[in-house]
Amino acid sequence: MTLKDLTKPWAAFNYGFLDESAKRELRRKMLKAVAVPGYQVPYASREVPMARGWGTGGLQATLTLLKPTSVVKVIDQGADDSVNAVSIRKFFARVGGAVETEDTQKATIIQSRHRIPEEKLREDQILVLQVPDPEPLRAVQPDMSIAREMHGDADYGQLWLVLYEQLVKSGRIIQGSSYPSMVNGRYVISPSPIPRWDVKKLHQADHLTILSAGREKRIYAVPPYTNVEPLVFDDVPYRVEDHQDKTCYRSNVTGFFMNELPQDDGSSRHELSDSHFGVKQIRRNEGEAVEIAKTWYNNGRMD
Amino acid sequence: MAALFNTVPRHEPRLMLAEPMLSMRGISKSFGEVKAVIDVDVTVYPGEVLGIVGESGSGKSTLLRMMNLEDTPEAGSYHLSLPDQEERNLFTLDRFERRMLRARHIGIVYQNPHLGLLMGHTSSGNVAERLLIAGNRNFADLRSRARESLQASEFPLERIDARPRELSGGMQQRVQLAKAIALEPAVLLLDEPTTGLDVSVQALVLDTLKRLQQERAITMVLVSHDLGVIRTMADRVMVMRRGRVVEQGLADQIFQDPQHEYTQQLVHAKL
Ligand SMILES: Nc1ncnc2c1ncn2[C@@H]1O[C@H](COP(=O)(O)OP(=O)(O)OP(=O)(O)O)[C@@H](O)[C@H]1O
Ligand SMILES: [Mg+2]
Repeated sequence: MTLKDLTKPWAAFNYGFLDESAKRELRRKMLKAVAVPGYQVPYASREVPMARGWGTGGLQATLTLLKPTSVVKVIDQGADDSVNAVSIRKFFARVGGAVETEDTQKATIIQSRHRIPEEKLREDQILVLQVPDPEPLRAVQPDMSIAREMHGDADYGQLWLVLYEQLVKSGRIIQGSSYPSMVNGRYVISPSPIPRWDVKKLHQADHLTILSAGREKRIYAVPPYTNVEPLVFDDVPYRVEDHQDKTCYRSNVTGFFMNELPQDDGSSRHELSDSHFGVKQIRRNEGEAVEIAKTWYNNGRMD
Repeated sequence: MAALFNTVPRHEPRLMLAEPMLSMRGISKSFGEVKAVIDVDVTVYPGEVLGIVGESGSGKSTLLRMMNLEDTPEAGSYHLSLPDQEERNLFTLDRFERRMLRARHIGIVYQNPHLGLLMGHTSSGNVAERLLIAGNRNFADLRSRARESLQASEFPLERIDARPRELSGGMQQRVQLAKAIALEPAVLLLDEPTTGLDVSVQALVLDTLKRLQQERAITMVLVSHDLGVIRTMADRVMVMRRGRVVEQGLADQIFQDPQHEYTQQLVHAKL
């Protein structure tokens, strides 16, 4: 027997790009995050061939979850075809042999930054959210070690205070994306820059959501069938964006989250923000037998 | 200060037959070599104002901080007469229980408003935060209760959404007071609440405190090194020196017939 026989054959990189010890650490941290829903678990964020702040947290989580049979969808601002989304998806195919898809239903892992797809996710799917800033308390407490103590104490009075003062000042709550939400009645999370429209999709969902911030080195999770409650006053109902009545000018579909497209004449048109959902609607309109799963919202409402 | 004494009616000391509202036994606390508080007992009866006087460094604030459960002594026990806590030494509560108990049942006004207020938030918000911590989630109710509490503290209502950092010292103390009484505390702790204010403002804030005390029979512990303030407010007085209680008794007794040499010096220096 020679030394060569005992050595693994040379390869340009490990399967899934990250080395095994990095993946092992992340898996452990993910399990911890699932065990303590909403708790921000610190992890040793590794170098990946992408700048911090561009989704490296999501990337590391997905690389860790990857297996050769994975089918991966990547969304950026709701779209599958942006440069960023395409290159991240290709990277998964290259380093993990994953199958690429734009179809929410076919994906086993969905990595996203700004949106949760309109079609309902299933128990066998995992949503990975890229988080730029995991700390909901940052606005009220710049010192992160004190913020951590506040989480420990469930000391969220000041988060409520911010909402109280928005109501006093503007008569409504201004907080748009990253709406602070209580997970499992214990930890308040920042649900990444998803709109208020999407926060409700996390509540008692069938799927697992992993939220990962590469620059801040924090990972947290919303396990399936877990309560996620946006912070709201009893007498001021939670409002999602006013997109109920908007119709997509391409697919003619109404009642989903839209992108607003300003026109030269000052008016605006709307198109579905979930781009592949729109593609499927158009193909169906053209007579193709396209399968579209149940959606979280129906006629612009979620019940 | 002399004018103040004439305007505020003196009242008869209360009979102390009731169960104490607050009782501390054998409290000792040191900071390294410094023995800040040494074997101190404190008893405060419902609706009573206990004044604590003593020179700088005598341990008054340290004692008050322990009453507010901000700090734990090396020795001693602490009981408040609360429906569900009567049997418990409050120093054995865990961090979370302490925080909740403090939010619901103890009010405090510090000399330095930065310790008691979030200076960058609105005044009404500062009061509302107390109610939010205690679990109130109704915006209209928070709004009206914050307003009521500020009104009771004689805070100018047209300024309730101004930030404390834009307010005068007297107004800041009124915000602290409104926050402290918002939940009808079992005990209101006041650490030099008017020290540092102009004499005229000081008199007005004391008037408010006096009126609140009479209307609501709030149990208070008032720390001051100003005998004038203590004389105006307190039913009973405790004199501290170098961490120990050297004398205590009804306010009239202490002021008219001080027994301990140190108290005699204090009273005579003042009068
Ligand atoms: N956090 C601390 N660390 C170290 N020493 C302290 C601390 N707090 C208080 N001390 C010391 O304990 C003693 C009592 O201080 P305390 O602040 O209770 O006095 P005080 O009676 O409130 O005085 P003052 O009238 O000046 O406010 C002092 O010697 C003080 O230096
Ligand atoms: Mg002091």
